[in-house]
Amino acid sequence: MEMLAPLIFIALLATAGFLFYKKASLIKKTILLGKSEIQYNDSARRWKQVLLLAFGQKKMFKNPLVAFLHLIIYAGFVIINIEVLEIIIDGLTGKHRVFLPYIGNYYSFFINVFELLAFGVTVVCIVFLVRRNVLYIKRLASNDLAGWPKTDANLILVVEIVLMTLFFLMNAADQTLQGIDPTHYPATGSFIISSNLVPLLNQFSPTTLMIIERGAWWLHIIGILAFLNYLPYSKHLHIILAFPTAYYSALEPAGKMKNMPSVQNEVLYAMDPSKAPTDAAPPTTFGAKDIFDLNWKSLMEAYSCTECGRCSAACPATTTGKLLSPRKIMMATRDRLEVVAQNIQKNTNFVDDQKTLLHDYISVEELRACTTCNACVEACPVSLSPLDIIMELRRSLIMEESNAPSEWNNTFSNIENNFAPWKFSPEDRENWAKEN
Amino acid sequence: MKVNTMAEMMASGTMPEYLFWVGCAGSFDQRAQKITKAFALILDKVGISYAVLGKEEACTGDPARRAGNEFLFQMMAYQNIQVMNAYGVKKIITTCPHCFNTIKNEYPELGGNYEVIHHTTLLQSLINEGKIVLKEGGVFKGKKISYHDSCYLGRANNIYEAPRKVLEILDAELIEMKRCRSNGLCCGAGGAQMFKEEEAGTTRINIERAEEAVATGAQIIASACPFCNTMMTDGIKNKEKENEMAVLDIAELIAESMA
Repeated sequence: MEMLAPLIFIALLATAGFLFYKKASLIKKTILLGKSEIQYNDSARRWKQVLLLAFGQKKMFKNPLVAFLHLIIYAGFVIINIEVLEIIIDGLTGKHRVFLPYIGNYYSFFINVFELLAFGVTVVCIVFLVRRNVLYIKRLASNDLAGWPKTDANLILVVEIVLMTLFFLMNAADQTLQGIDPTHYPATGSFIISSNLVPLLNQFSPTTLMIIERGAWWLHIIGILAFLNYLPYSKHLHIILAFPTAYYSALEPAGKMKNMPSVQNEVLYAMDPSKAPTDAAPPTTFGAKDIFDLNWKSLMEAYSCTECGRCSAACPATTTGKLLSPRKIMMATRDRLEVVAQNIQKNTNFVDDQKTLLHDYISVEELRACTTCNACVEACPVSLSPLDIIMELRRSLIMEESNAPSEWNNTFSNIENNFAPWKFSPEDRENWAKEN
Repeated sequence: MKVNTMAEMMASGTMPEYLFWVGCAGSFDQRAQKITKAFALILDKVGISYAVLGKEEACTGDPARRAGNEFLFQMMAYQNIQVMNAYGVKKIITTCPHCFNTIKNEYPELGGNYEVIHHTTLLQSLINEGKIVLKEGGVFKGKKISYHDSCYLGRANNIYEAPRKVLEILDAELIEMKRCRSNGLCCGAGGAQMFKEEEAGTTRINIERAEEAVATGAQIIASACPFCNTMMTDGIKNKEKENEMAVLDIAELIAESMA
């Protein structure tokens, strides 16, 4: 068994790593189906955004209490991973607490820090479960999350609580065994949280204790590897993608809309035919009808969205009962991406499924309700932009389908003929100065 | 009121310091015309040299672009940039945050490079330079004023302080609405919504915003955008508070207070 354990561990680790790599590659491939027409310069400012938004969680602190709770889970996740490193080395080498001989007395200090964080994570996960399921918090109780998204959110919290519990159980059984079998379980000193469980375990035989200790150890690491592989199917993927997303988030003023150089040139050639190159090919499509027409950044953002709903809580359309919800825009885009990814996996290349993001996943009514006020982008802790997606879909609606409400068609014709959105004569533009 | 056009200035061989971009609302909307006049009055009193494009001004294309009609936007942008570049325009002031945003952020990559200033920013610097002198006593002294953030000034362009700093000289009591600055609630007009009926919902956006405005107990809602002004005025009428509250542009508040 002692020879076999490292082999089983290596097999587990390799399988988990391979499966994660495969799924991550598929997601990357799917994201890169998007257009790549934008240059992302100024890496110094972009790294600053990664530090502020992703590492520093600056925008989370608009609500300091929730930000603090989230920070505990985040810090716990990052710091407890140092302990996971030891667990992995132990697993590979068949050793037990491999760092202990090297750092001696400091060992219990480190484990105590991990245990305190793990305790914090457990408490916060319970608080978050209560917030999601008992208290009424509008953005968490919203219909956007009906069904799988709500289960996903609860599952993440429960799994985290289970993982932390296994970590405590493993440490508690270990401490109990230290008094019985010091050669296999060298003394570490008492651990601040798990030592409280020792009195409960004293009643068990050494064999039972070893089963508990080993059982908790294996379940803990299997749980972590399983959770890693769950990430790509879950909203929890934000723990990875929040970082690149922050890097690529807009540096320009939020009011600036993405230019369409193809249309710009079309207009230029129409106004000044001498500038038109003889071989100019007319643009093929305008705006986005499906995910292939969106910028790859928007597609990555759909995978980064953790469905917190701060965007929709700030959206003037959502809060006044319109069908539009910016969170749903991100979720619908990801749903479509998942379907496209499966399609590609099955058929090697995408085979037309008679569906598009526009109409089948996001309706005209939703798109029409946006006031382009940027509240969603501002509210998002990592500055995802549902607005970019909405605008590209609107462009497709107008320029590909001529699908506009009649009032807008009047507005367009007024702008074109009278140079103002209302039906006034351009001759009267200075009249304000004449009247008293 | 005598307002010079760029064409007249050019004919007389002079160039104004600023082009005053009036915008469609400021030119044609009866309510917004008052804002335009108030701002022109301030410019005259302070002695700033400016001119308008008059008949040569056309919609910036903002509502067309945001509705999704990029062709129309590009046509309008092309036309406006041709006109402004022909006059050698360098500095532009405007009372409309939508025009401000489009000319400042979206015209440069189409060949229109200008220094664009919103009127609240200009007013703030005029105040800092001591060029705006108010009447004795203060017309709005002690009045409760609440400033409604325009999305295209605030979140779109990070201008939150200039309008508030301008209001400070009125010696009024400034109250913030529940959602203000970067959390400010839209009036409901942006993204070409001004020109169509709202989608079905539980309430209208401008009514929701008006409720917040009413809750402050302010006598004056200060706006910095002609579209916000319309939406807030309608919202307050809907709440039947039009006799207790007025929606006034910051330019109007300053113009009325100036000596």
